[in-house]
Amino acid sequence: MRIAPKHTQRIAVALLGAATGVTLLVLLFIIVFVLEKGLPVVSFRFLFSMPKDMGRAGGILPTLVGTLLLPLLAIAIALPLGVGTAVYLTEYTRETRLTRIIRFGTDCLAGIPSIIFGLFGFIFFVTTLGLGWSLLSGGLTLAIMVLPTIIRTSEEAIRSVPRAWRNVSFSLGATRWETVTKVVLPNALPGIVTGVMLSVGRSIGETAAVIFTAGSSLRMPHSVFDSVRTMAVHFYIMAREGISNENAYGTAAVLVISVLLVNTLTYWLMHRFIARRAR
Amino acid sequence: MNRCKLSMIVGCGLLLAGCGRNAESVTLAGSTAFQPFAEKLAEEFMAKNPTANITVQGGGSAVGIQSALSGAAQIGMADLVELPADAQALSSYVVARDGIAVVVNPANAVTNLTLVQIRGIFNGALKNWSEVGGADAPITVVSREAGSGTRSSFEKIVQGIALTQDAIVQDSNGTIRETVAQDANAVGYLSHGLLNDKIKAVTVAGAVCTTEAVVAGAYPLARPVFLLTKGPATGTSKAFIDYVLGAEGQKLIADNGLIAAK
Amino acid sequence: MKITREQVVEKLLLAVACSAIMSLLLIAVFILKEGAPFLVKVGPRDFLFSSDWRPQEGHFGIYPMIVASLWVTLGALLVGGPLGIAGAVFLTEFAPPALMRVVKPAIELLAGIPSVVFGFIGVMVLAPLVRAYAGGPGLSVLAATVILGIMILPTVLSIAADAIASVPQSYREGALALGATRWQAVHMVVLKAARSGILAGLILGMGRAVGETMAVIMVAGNAVKVPHSPLDSVRTLTANIALEMGYATGMHRQALFATGIVLFIGIMLLNGSAMLVMKQRKGKP
Repeated sequence: MRIAPKHTQRIAVALLGAATGVTLLVLLFIIVFVLEKGLPVVSFRFLFSMPKDMGRAGGILPTLVGTLLLPLLAIAIALPLGVGTAVYLTEYTRETRLTRIIRFGTDCLAGIPSIIFGLFGFIFFVTTLGLGWSLLSGGLTLAIMVLPTIIRTSEEAIRSVPRAWRNVSFSLGATRWETVTKVVLPNALPGIVTGVMLSVGRSIGETAAVIFTAGSSLRMPHSVFDSVRTMAVHFYIMAREGISNENAYGTAAVLVISVLLVNTLTYWLMHRFIARRAR
Repeated sequence: MNRCKLSMIVGCGLLLAGCGRNAESVTLAGSTAFQPFAEKLAEEFMAKNPTANITVQGGGSAVGIQSALSGAAQIGMADLVELPADAQALSSYVVARDGIAVVVNPANAVTNLTLVQIRGIFNGALKNWSEVGGADAPITVVSREAGSGTRSSFEKIVQGIALTQDAIVQDSNGTIRETVAQDANAVGYLSHGLLNDKIKAVTVAGAVCTTEAVVAGAYPLARPVFLLTKGPATGTSKAFIDYVLGAEGQKLIADNGLIAAK
Repeated sequence: MKITREQVVEKLLLAVACSAIMSLLLIAVFILKEGAPFLVKVGPRDFLFSSDWRPQEGHFGIYPMIVASLWVTLGALLVGGPLGIAGAVFLTEFAPPALMRVVKPAIELLAGIPSVVFGFIGVMVLAPLVRAYAGGPGLSVLAATVILGIMILPTVLSIAADAIASVPQSYREGALALGATRWQAVHMVVLKAARSGILAGLILGMGRAVGETMAVIMVAGNAVKVPHSPLDSVRTLTANIALEMGYATGMHRQALFATGIVLFIGIMLLNGSAMLVMKQRKGKP
């Protein structure tokens, strides 16, 4: 007994649709779960006041600052290094075995689990270099973590700038560096920014590597040698130790909203750059 | 592009401003049992000494010893029955005493366990609550990780525990409390300073885990809490340790559920 | 003068590139320097195949952790893979394009949620369910599998969707012209053409599952035993590193780095095969 293809299609589409529905339901559940329990807690005071009693009461201001500063430091270190490397690899050297090895190396490092970066950062930055649990240790560790991503996305972005544009620039008498800064980089910017946003997103959610390198201090950082706590770490500690489920959910709600904001910002930046280029 | 680079350099410079380790910065690391108390003590101390900057990290007693040795922390916190060999090089100060409560879920009918039963449960020899007077349900053993002072002390006092393979492992006192609170068949151990009504402490061989019992020596599972420094404490570290050992610090410790050192 | 500046810039960029490569090399060298002597001393066979993990007494067998990581990863693939591929097929082939515009950002939001939030939901919602309806402590392979599956779902879905979308329209039109229904065109032609891209998505999802630490520490229970059923509590390689790295010294610390090497090799193999698969695809006419 053969089922007519028309019916098979209907069944198949129904099943696929159901699977997609399950996916969306799960997403909805998670968002609703976190926001429903967390949004009531989030207020201006929650965001901008200091925690009291180790987080049982009060707000999450220092963790907000930590979540802002740590990725900022990481990008400040990784961006110049990453873009510079990408520029050198694509503009100043030929495609040799060395460059292929370098590319393979960065791809490999992009896949290392974050806990190993945490292990390395803890042993090298915190202990051996004596930086202790600090913004600096955390920032350096995160910088190494996101460096491969920045190199890879920058390289792809730079490569996608048409050869012709460079040639025109050269034919007008520009030097290689002038071509890079005035022609290639501005046009590769959307791709580079995507890489940066990806890295920022990853750093915001990163917990394992951050706890072991930046520590978990709830005080406002005054220098790069101070320990900081990011929101993800704060959420982890509060939820795990049962210090305050309420505030934990509040922190989680802020985290989810931050991710939403970062994603939206990325889209907006991308569209703006693409639109500008199309002009 | 030049302006971009310049602003980046300025930005980095501003970020690194205020550079240089503050001499009044003290980091404590180690015992998760003592951590909440250290944090409270640090808060009070900093209220009185605004120039001091004290941060507290967790990680377990072994982390406390290692960080004190390596210099990652100026003061290590360890709650151990006795300090291991590699800690002998450190100066130690007993700042509190703590009982280890054996806890079960409030829904569990069991109210007392002998040391022999505790040994059997954590060894995996006793697998069902009915074997110790409870309902017919499998026992879920919850333990700390190997570097925990609470765990080392617990296993040292009870003796003969080779933790069963099936034991769930959690990484701090608070997490054990949450796990036992959520699983009706769970049993674990934690600092008596962290007891609350989410979990129920059983009596151990008839002794209740209270401050009085620990002080009197009637409760068997008790250990001191050490603050460890590399060499005798100096500067802000010394001031802080003095504060903790002083009348105010000890009162804060006692008021919040731990036991004073004396 | 301009020429001199160019030379300076070139040397500067070379220095930058070198320092970036150096820092990446630093990690690799560091891990090898700490882990390799350990592997030589203890021997890979004892390390990888012994079930005796008692570092305080000098026993370093990570077999239970390897099995745990494998079970949890494969399970995550079983959960996230079919859902991801099905979702990708539905969204690219059968759903109105407007739906895709709404759903894609939603999926990316899911991808961006920190793993600790997933882990916490696993502890608060999933583990009690497992405990109540399936038995056992709740913190188990099953719970970890489901949570990880949800976490890799966005990766699998987006990569598969991209692969399917990039199958030339002519393939579909050809099938339809021969009288196939849309579903027949999809599963007989399009999916086969997108096969390598979909596979790459699955492999990358696996890579993410293997490397996940926080969520697994929260929901898998961290017992050091070889699992016999999905309801058993397990400890993955990553969880082992995280639980012990704060205080491990000497050989214990080296053992953790060696675990890192094992993880690294595993992920390198996964990523390498993903890249091979994608290259094959690009080579196809």
